[in-house]
Formats: sequence, structure tokens, C-alpha cells
Amino acid sequence: MIHITLQKELIAAHGTMLLDINIDIQRGSLVTLYGDSGAGKTSILRMISGLLAPDKGSITVNQKTWLDTEKRIHQKPQHRKVGYVFQDYGLFPNMTVKENLLYALEKGQSKNTVTELIDTIELGDLQDRKPEKLSGGQKQRVALARALVRTPEILMLDEPLSALDNTMRAKLQDYILKVHKQYNLTTILISHEISEVIKMSDQVFVIENGKIKKQGSPIEVFTTKQMSGKFQFSGEVVHIEKEDVIYIVTILIGTNFVKIVAEETEIGTIAIGDKVIVASKAFNPLLQKVH
Amino acid sequence: MIDWQPLVLTFKLALITTLLLLVIAIPIAYWLAHTKSRIKPILETLVSMPLVLPPTVLGFYLLVVFSPANPLGNWLNEHLGIRLIFSFEGLIFASILYSLPFMVHPIQAGFSNLASSLTEASYVLGKSKITTLFKVLLPNIKPSLLTGIVLAFAHTIGEFGVVLMIGGNIPGKTKVASIAIYDEVEALNYDTANWYSLILFAISFIILLMVYVINGGYLKRFWK
Repeated sequence: MIHITLQKELIAAHGTMLLDINIDIQRGSLVTLYGDSGAGKTSILRMISGLLAPDKGSITVNQKTWLDTEKRIHQKPQHRKVGYVFQDYGLFPNMTVKENLLYALEKGQSKNTVTELIDTIELGDLQDRKPEKLSGGQKQRVALARALVRTPEILMLDEPLSALDNTMRAKLQDYILKVHKQYNLTTILISHEISEVIKMSDQVFVIENGKIKKQGSPIEVFTTKQMSGKFQFSGEVVHIEKEDVIYIVTILIGTNFVKIVAEETEIGTIAIGDKVIVASKAFNPLLQKVH
Repeated sequence: MIDWQPLVLTFKLALITTLLLLVIAIPIAYWLAHTKSRIKPILETLVSMPLVLPPTVLGFYLLVVFSPANPLGNWLNEHLGIRLIFSFEGLIFASILYSLPFMVHPIQAGFSNLASSLTEASYVLGKSKITTLFKVLLPNIKPSLLTGIVLAFAHTIGEFGVVLMIGGNIPGKTKVASIAIYDEVEALNYDTANWYSLILFAISFIILLMVYVINGGYLKRFWK
């Protein structure tokens, strides 16, 4: 188990904001921190990794104390076994892909770890290239591989997929899920894509202004309780058009646009850009094999 | 034929000064680039002083402080056997102070311009500050290091006022090329003065040209 209690006064866009959170994470699970930018998600990861000191708090990871402000314990980032994938990747420009991974090796650790990771994350063709010669998705994979070299107790990914197009994003989500299972990792992911959260995580924490607003399984958190929908997708409203007495709402679900007919009462306060759930009750979808 | 000694002395001085400066400037620049200390502006000002101070002022105070008539100069002389005025060692000391900003500024800017995620990534990977400095930070600011080295070297070659004040004009010890030129002009030996000048001009040109070619427009930001 991982227990995290953190308190810190942060400087936000409108004055100061008190970050105050309490998170328990099951070993081996993948959890997401979901919320708007500026809500304090990155600060939480930075405090877990030791790059930022909280005002008050404690972190215990599998019975080891990484932080306890009351007992004045503050392990340096070097001594916490975390893998951190930075938003801008943080790859070392002076080293090739392989050298980036080799750099992460601990004293006496076998180079096989690196060879194995290069295989798993399919970096073979890229291993002798410098980071500047890589695309965003490739950099992402290198950063992920490098974070895994030390077999971290917590893998943290700070919005790893925000800069990628949808195809690349789906592929990388699969890579992350693959290594998460293969290396039996405990993973914390920052995301503000509902579909990503639902696809990836066992548990989600919705962070708002430095506090946890909701937590639970993604489906629980993102859908309202009374809905018994058997069939549902989350998406983003991109267009609303009024036609006579009804509305036609265009919704982006994954990479597909879907047009939904809605009545005035359903539209309510829904506006362009809102995240919505498209659900259907009591009908029987057809399942057909694709040739 | 001209006397080569002042030129040899000039380059020896510039070389030693530059090497020592590199060792001294890296920790200073690193500290300045990363500190949030309140005394940072004071240290920054001190480092930058030689940019605006007349060299004769710096030379004058060094002369006063290190004079054997003064307690510090006397102590250095008696206990360590070091005499910093009218000696080559003194010239090195003065040159280091005088060229300090030319080495510190580019390196400091280099450190500041690196994404902080590089340092942080290295720490999270379990690497110490020293390892991070030598394996990650310094290799990624090579253009800044080159700029600092060249500027400090070129600036030391061009020294005049400080050298004259603290070093005097002792052939083979403190008579560097810029002093020799002044000397020859005073003696109306325009021919010899011209040779020295021409050589300094050519060498300075070549050194700077090399940097521009290697670093692209990098130097522009620091050379005003």
C-alpha cells in the first residue's frame, strides 16, 4: 500500500491555493489524477518524487517512509525509487536513446535490463539516435523506458499523451498498460481526457483547486448513479444545431463524430466543449465480426 | 626582428588565466543559476564589476592591497613567499578577477537556459548533483563553455590598465604585448609597434571567427 498525505500552499493564478490531499493507492494498481490545469496535479507528483517539499505531510510506500514532516524525514529524490515521465520528457540531448537508458542504470545493475526494455518498448531502430531526431511519440516511449530502468516502486506520468495525435495516443496507452502489467508496477497517471482515464485506470482521483473532489472507479466517478445504461461512451460536444423543435448535437467520441438528436430539456446547460456521456438504455446492440 | 617575448608572455598569461577561470567560474555560475539566496544580486554585481570599472581602479586597489607595506601583502610574502605585485603570479590573479564576468556570464546563461526537467530527471534516476553536473549539464552547455573560454582568453590578451598598474613593465615577467606596443610607440618605434599590433589583431580575429563559425550566432548575445 501507498499512503500519501500532503499539504502545501501553492501559488496559483489567482493568489494562493492550499493543496490538501490524502490518497491511498493499492500496490499494482493504475490510478489517474484528473482535473483542470492548475489544480495541483503536477505538484502532487513532484512532492511524491521529492522534487518539491510539502509544508506538511507523509508518504509511506510499501512500509518505507519517504516523507514525514513531523519526524523530519525527507528522503531525497535520489533515494526514492520512482520513475518519472516529465511532460517535456526530460531526455538528455547529449546522449543517444540507448545512452539515456544506460545512464539510468544503478551501480552494478546488469545492462540486460536496458536491452530488455529496448525490446519491450520496441526502441531497437531508434537506439542510436539523439532525442532531437525523434518524434513526440518516440520521445515519449524513450522517457517511459528510461523511467523503468530502475524498476521503480511508483511510476508517474505527467500528462504523457497530451501532445500526441489520437492514433499515437492509443498506441502509447497500450504501451503503458503493457509495461504496467508486465513489470507489476504501481502507476500514477495525470490526464484530463475522460476516455483515457476510463480506458487506463483502476481508480481515479478528481482534483479541483488542490482538493480531491471525487474518487473511485472511473465509471463510478464519471457517470451519475441513476443511470443504468448498458451502452455508453464519453465524448466532447463540438457542435449544437437547432432544428425546429429539436437539437442536433455533434459529439466527438474518440476519433469519431456522432450526431445525436436531443430535446430542449436534455440540452439544458450543455455547451460546446462540454464533456458528455452518450448512453443508451434498453436496446440490444448487434455484435458482428469485422472481416 | 621583433622581440617575441611579450607575445609569448601574453599567450601564456591568457592560457593559464583561462584554464583557472574555467575551474573557478563553473561553480560560481552554477550557484548563480540555481540559487534563490538573497545575496545573489550582491554576488552578481561583484562578478560583473570588471565590466564597468576602469581597469586602472582594479589595478590600483590590487596594488595597494598586495603591496608588502600592507598587512595582507606582507603576510603573503612572509608566510607563503608569494608576491603578487610586479610579478607574473600577480598578473594571473588580476587577470582572473578582470575576466571573471566574461567566463561566468555565458556559463550562467547556459545553465539557466537548460530545461529544469534535465536536472530533475537525473535526480529522479538516482544520480548525485556532481554526476548530474558532469554527465548531463556541462555536456549540454558546450556552446556556452566555448563562448566563455574564448571571451576570457581574448579579453585577457587585450588587458592593459590592470597589467600596467599591478605588473609594471618588467621584460619577461610582466611586459605583455599590449604594454610592449605602448612602450614602442613611446620610443617612436612605430614599426615594431605595428608588428605587435598586427599580430594581436590577426590572432584575435581568427579566434573570434572560429567561435562564430562553430557556435553560429551564439556569441552575439554576450558581445556588446
